[in-house]
Amino acid sequence: MSSPCRASLLALVLLAGCDEQARDPRGHPLPETGPLLSAAMNPARPDPRAVDYYKNAFEVSQGQQLFQWMNCSGCHSNGGGGMGPALSDTKWRYGSSMADIVQTIANGRPNGMPSFSGKLTQAEMWQLAAYVRSLSQHVPQSIRSGRTEGLSVGEPSTLRDPHPPRAVTPKQDEASVE
Amino acid sequence: MAQRWPKLVLLVAVGLVVAALVAFLIIRGTGERAAEAARTPYEQPALAKTAAGAGAHPAGQWYIPAGDYASTRFSDLADINTQNVGQLKPAFTFDTGYLKGHEAAPLVVGSTMYLVTPYPNVVYALDLTKPDRPVKWSFNPHPNPKSQGIACCDVVDRGMSYDNGRLFMVTLDGQVIALDANSGAQVWRTPVADISKGETVTMAPLVAAGKVLVGDSGGELGVRGSLKALDEGSGKVVWKAYSTGPDKDVLIGPNFHPYYPSDQGKDLGVKSWPGEAWKQGGGTIWGWISYDPELHMIYYGTSNPGPWDAEDRPGDDKWTAGIFARDIDTGQARWFYQTAPHDLYDHDAINEMILLDMPVNGTMRKVLVQPGRTGFMYVIDRVTGQVLSADPYASMTAYTGVDLKTGRIQHNPAEVPQSGRVTRGICPAAPGGKDWNPSAFSPRTGLLYVPHLNLCMDHVYTGANYISGTPFLGVESKMYAGPGGYRGEMTAWDPVRRKPAWQIRENLPLWSGALATAGDVVFYGTLDGWFKAVDARSGKLLWKYRTESGIVGQPISYRGPDGRQYIAIYSGVGGWVGGLVSGGFDPRDPTAGLGIFNAVPDLAKYTGRGGRLYVFALPR
Ligand code: HEC
Repeated sequence: MSSPCRASLLALVLLAGCDEQARDPRGHPLPETGPLLSAAMNPARPDPRAVDYYKNAFEVSQGQQLFQWMNCSGCHSNGGGGMGPALSDTKWRYGSSMADIVQTIANGRPNGMPSFSGKLTQAEMWQLAAYVRSLSQHVPQSIRSGRTEGLSVGEPSTLRDPHPPRAVTPKQDEASVE
Repeated sequence: MAQRWPKLVLLVAVGLVVAALVAFLIIRGTGERAAEAARTPYEQPALAKTAAGAGAHPAGQWYIPAGDYASTRFSDLADINTQNVGQLKPAFTFDTGYLKGHEAAPLVVGSTMYLVTPYPNVVYALDLTKPDRPVKWSFNPHPNPKSQGIACCDVVDRGMSYDNGRLFMVTLDGQVIALDANSGAQVWRTPVADISKGETVTMAPLVAAGKVLVGDSGGELGVRGSLKALDEGSGKVVWKAYSTGPDKDVLIGPNFHPYYPSDQGKDLGVKSWPGEAWKQGGGTIWGWISYDPELHMIYYGTSNPGPWDAEDRPGDDKWTAGIFARDIDTGQARWFYQTAPHDLYDHDAINEMILLDMPVNGTMRKVLVQPGRTGFMYVIDRVTGQVLSADPYASMTAYTGVDLKTGRIQHNPAEVPQSGRVTRGICPAAPGGKDWNPSAFSPRTGLLYVPHLNLCMDHVYTGANYISGTPFLGVESKMYAGPGGYRGEMTAWDPVRRKPAWQIRENLPLWSGALATAGDVVFYGTLDGWFKAVDARSGKLLWKYRTESGIVGQPISYRGPDGRQYIAIYSGVGGWVGGLVSGGFDPRDPTAGLGIFNAVPDLAKYTGRGGRLYVFALPR
């Protein structure tokens, strides 16, 4: 896994990441995360740590960075899809909970989603899952990553039209997440 | 204050220029509309002819997607003609049961029609002697489902080839399979791709001179492209020619005589790359192969280099984005011409090459004509590899011309993409002036019928990271309609006089192949599902029929067992651009589908998914 990521680019992205942190007081990195609790596989008893990730601007921003570096974006674009399905819509083949998404990333899925186990740490998978969720879920502007994708090809995600409202109240949304 | 005055002056000046431009465009627009209405026939004697010896075609049948080795897609049937084509009616239809892009050409051998679907690459044999055209047999090769995730641009299959009682097919996960055409029984099966490296196969194999020729897809995943020749009888690999790496891997030996000095030298497939970048350098072979039996040479193009971010691979990146001529028996290279050295835009050279014999500056030459992705119509001496002419046929800002002395394409420095800064208004966009969907040539009119694109893009390099089996791009891109606002165009090109005879604008990008017939009718389909017949001499629309879904297939013509002429076409939107609908993607992301979906955010208004064969005939 050679990484000819340009140093300048790296610096830029990191800077943006720092910005993110500065903007949102809650955006502090979380301590290293262990594997999902087995109870998390049970939708009725979500892993309590999940919420710390998807409600944390820093983690979401880290996830976005990884989404580019690990070539997720090559298959899913910036959420709209291409070789892999769209992640910005509200259709999920394998579930939208943090646990489901971490499973998808770790083990892959039969129709061509590669397994990233061994290439990412647990915490990185959680960060990615938090970012993936932010592409389709109703997340507060303060948490959504404000960095323009691909250095301004598209509108910054904060300026883009919010996704069509889903027929759920924030309360339900929260419940369905885990 | 002092600084504000010049700004104002500048603003006024810019305003004036814009106004003048708008006026010019409007005037030009109305002029062109008037021409559209008149549609005067192009009355010039046909000077270009199908290459002698490469145009043989079994009477009333269709054995390979291109119809013949010269790749003319010309049918010598003339029962359906400009006078009666308006009465064409569906004779029968067949639902394949799949809903991804149906890019394949049907084949007709004797009284059987053979179809192959997109992934999972199911083959159907239809009995044409019975009124219901029932399925005689079907074959499911069960490809690995993981291959779906690494196919860059929908899970398409561009067709099969027939020879000597056998059908030759490929699967998305890269298996080449020979089937008994009578029974559908498998004769042999040879895997030629490794999906863990991102390799898939979508091209139609070509069978010629006892070999089955198959390439690969995956230029977007850092695949090291190669063409394989399998023995027709046994399926054993006879030779394999890589598109990058040392000469011995590329099958470059003493018989290699490229025309231009920039292609001469030892191991350029290594030296024209930084370090070991050639190992993930692309140059896949996923388009078309033509064959000249007299010269014993095959012709095919290689894909874009990997990654798309050109700053990661300084050098010419040989032998990607160029055309190879090889000896069919040994695979040894004879010449190479690089259409896009150090490609900046994903301008592959995989498009079809039509083999013609025609006068160039008063002398008859054996040529190949390729409507390139770069937007140039290349006329190349197919014996030597010399470029005889290269004229733009599509909107172009990226290039200023091709230097015929050196063979090198000339870049417009203002449109060279960079990292960290978006370059706007690049034409043609990544899929080029034209993508894979093949043209047709009529020896009766001497014209080449080119279904193509009018798309431009914004592009920025982001740096690529190689992870085996994942995309190797390093680019973000966003495409949109080119000048004029239309997105597709059918151009009838006169290769001898080097100009269009007529053009038809299409709202949506053209992603279907073309067919020309001896009845002087040209057929093609559109992304909104219309199947059209136009006059080969004037471009006048003679007939159209709305099919259930967008058309990205390749029309063919054959004589049925009942003696009537039929025209067959798949309907079923998909492929790179149509994948927006077949894959259910989200066009709100302007970079989705490598940036192409941004060009067709309205596609779902015109078409839904589909997968149906339509066959048309005149009423009895
Ligand atoms: C080689 C292409 C490819 C790459 C790289 C890739 N994916 Fe996927 N992804 C797919 C495909 C194909 C599917 C659909 C799999 C299926 O249906 O079985 C998918 C599915 C998913 C899903 C499930 C969507 C659903 O509807 O349930 C998620 C989440 C996801 N990918 C996230 C990621 C993340 C995060 C990364 C980077 C770490 C990534 N993908 C990298 C191709 C890819």
